[in-house]
Amino acid sequence: MNQVTQILPDHHKHCDELFVAAEDAAQRGDWPATAATFARFDAQMRAHFAAEEEVLFPTFEAATGMSGGPTQMMRYEHEQMRTLLDQLATAVTARDSDGYAGVAETLLMLLQQHNMKEENILYPMCEQALAADAGEVCEKISAMLEEEHA
Amino acid sequence: MPPTLSFEQAPPISVPYRFFLTAPLFGVLAGLVLAWYGPEAFSSRWSQGALAMTHLLVVDFMLQAMVGSLLQIVAVVAGANIWRPLLVATVVHPLITAGAVMLASAFVFEQPFLFIMAAMVFAIALGFFLAVMLAALLRTPAQGMPIHVLRLALLGLLITVGLGFTLAMSLGLDDQSLPLGLLVNVHVAWGLGGWALMLVIGVSYLVVPMFQLTPAYPLWLTRALPLALLAVICLWSLQLGGRNGEAQSWQSWVGLAGMVVAATYAAATLWLQSRRRRRQTDVTFLFWRVAMGSLLAYALSWLLFLAWPALGASPRSALWLGVLALPGLFISVITGMLYKIVPFLNWLHLQRIGDPRTPPPNMKQMIPEKAMRRQMQAHFAALALLLAAVLWPALAPLAGLLFAASCALLEWNMVGAVRRYETFRARILAAVAGRGS
Repeated sequence: MNQVTQILPDHHKHCDELFVAAEDAAQRGDWPATAATFARFDAQMRAHFAAEEEVLFPTFEAATGMSGGPTQMMRYEHEQMRTLLDQLATAVTARDSDGYAGVAETLLMLLQQHNMKEENILYPMCEQALAADAGEVCEKISAMLEEEHA
Repeated sequence: MPPTLSFEQAPPISVPYRFFLTAPLFGVLAGLVLAWYGPEAFSSRWSQGALAMTHLLVVDFMLQAMVGSLLQIVAVVAGANIWRPLLVATVVHPLITAGAVMLASAFVFEQPFLFIMAAMVFAIALGFFLAVMLAALLRTPAQGMPIHVLRLALLGLLITVGLGFTLAMSLGLDDQSLPLGLLVNVHVAWGLGGWALMLVIGVSYLVVPMFQLTPAYPLWLTRALPLALLAVICLWSLQLGGRNGEAQSWQSWVGLAGMVVAATYAAATLWLQSRRRRRQTDVTFLFWRVAMGSLLAYALSWLLFLAWPALGASPRSALWLGVLALPGLFISVITGMLYKIVPFLNWLHLQRIGDPRTPPPNMKQMIPEKAMRRQMQAHFAALALLLAAVLWPALAPLAGLLFAASCALLEWNMVGAVRRYETFRARILAAVAGRGS
C-alpha cells in the first residue's frame, strides 16, 4: 500500500522486532549475536530518521508552511534517540548487560511515545498536506528504508 | 492551520510529581484507619471505617495519581496543549488534597458541615480540572481510540463528581428526600466504571502494547469495550427511577452485562500480554497481571453472588468486591505505572538540561529494582491479607498495617526517585558550568 500512514508505521514495527532481538541477545549475554542484531536495529532506526528528516518533513513543511512545530519536536526526539543508540553501541562494545538493559528501557519508552505521536497525529497530517506529492514521497521513503533491509 | 498543536514533550516535572508524592501518603492513612477501627471497619461497607478508608483510597490515592498522570500524558498522547499546567496543578492539587481530608474526616467524625465543605471544594477543583482537560482533548487534532476513551473517562468523572456532590450535600443538609442507597449505587458505578476503569482501558490501549511490545488490542474490541461499558452504566443509572428506593429487578441483568464487559477486557489484556514479544518480567508487568487478575476475580465473584443470593446478601460481599477493585485493580495499575512514568520523566527532564557530553543516568538507575520488588511484594501480601480479613475480620488490623507499610514503601521509592533527580541535576549543572568557565 503506497501511503505514508502505512509504510512508516509498518517500519516502526519492523524496528520493534529488531529491538527485541537485540535486547534478548544482550540479556542472554550472547555478545556476537547482540552485535549483529544491534547493528541491524541501529541501521534501520537511523534510516527511518533520515527518511523522515530528508524527505517527509521538508515536503510537509513546504506544503504547510509549518516548520517550527511538530516536525521540529520530532527532529529533536530523533536526536535524543541517536544519543541513546550511541550509548547502546558503547554497552555492546563493553559487553555491559546492565548498561544495555537500562539504556534499552529508556530508548523504548522514548521511541514508543514518539511513534505514538507520529502515528496518531503527524502522519495523518502529512497525508492530508501532501495529497498530490504523496506517491513520489512514498517512493523515495521506501527506497531509503529498503536499501537498509536485507 | 490546525489549532493549538504543540509537541511539547512534557509540562514542568513538578506538575505531576506533586500528585505522585501525595498519593501514597493517603494510602498509608487508609491502612492506619483500617488498623484503628479493626474488625468493626470490615463489618459492612457502610461502617465509618470502611467509608473513610474507601474515600481515602479513591479520592486521595487514586484521584491524585490519575490527575497527575493525565496532566502528564495528555500532552503526549493528544499533542494537546494543556492550558498553563503549572497554574492548574497549583490550584487543583491543594484543593483536592484538602477536599479529600475533609471528606474522610466527615465520615469519621460525622460532621455535616464537613460534607458540605468537601462537596464545595471538589466541585471547584474538579470543575476547573475538567474544563482544562476537556478543552485540550476536544481541540486536539490527534486521532485514535485512546483519545475518545479519555474523553469518555472525563465525562465519567464529571458525572461521578456531580453525584458525589449531591450525596455529600444531602448528608450535610440531612435531606431525606433522595433515595441515597440508589444514588450511591450509581455514584460508585460511574466512579469505578465510567471514570476509573474507562481511564485504565484507554491508557492500556496505549501502554500495554508499548511496554511489552504485545500485539495491539483488536480494533473492534477497542471500539466495543468503551461503548459497552458506557451503555451498561447508563442502563444501571436508570435504577434512580426505581420505586420505594429499590432498584428494578432487571438491574441484575445489567450488572451481569457489566461483568461480562469487565471480564472481556481483563481476559483480552492477559491474552495480549501472554503474546508479548519482549520477555522481561519487570514490576510494572507483574502489577498489571495482578490488576487484571483482580478484575477477573471481581467479575467472577459478582456472578457468584448473583447465582447464590444468600452469599450476595452478606454485608461482606461488597467489601470483598471493594478490596478486589481498589487495592487489587486500581492501586496495582497505578503503582505499576508510577514505576515506569517516574524513571522516564526523571530521565527526560535531566536529558534536557544536560548536553550530549553529560548524558543522564538511564531509567533503571532512577529507582533501584530491589526496592521496587520489595514494595511490590508488600503490596501483594497486603492485598491477600485484606481479602482474608473480609472472611476473618480479626485480621483487619494486621491487614491495615501491612497495607500502610506497602504504601509507605511506595512513598519512600517516589521520594528516592525525586532525590536522585535532584542529585543528578546538580551534578549535570555543575559539569556544564565547569566546562563553561
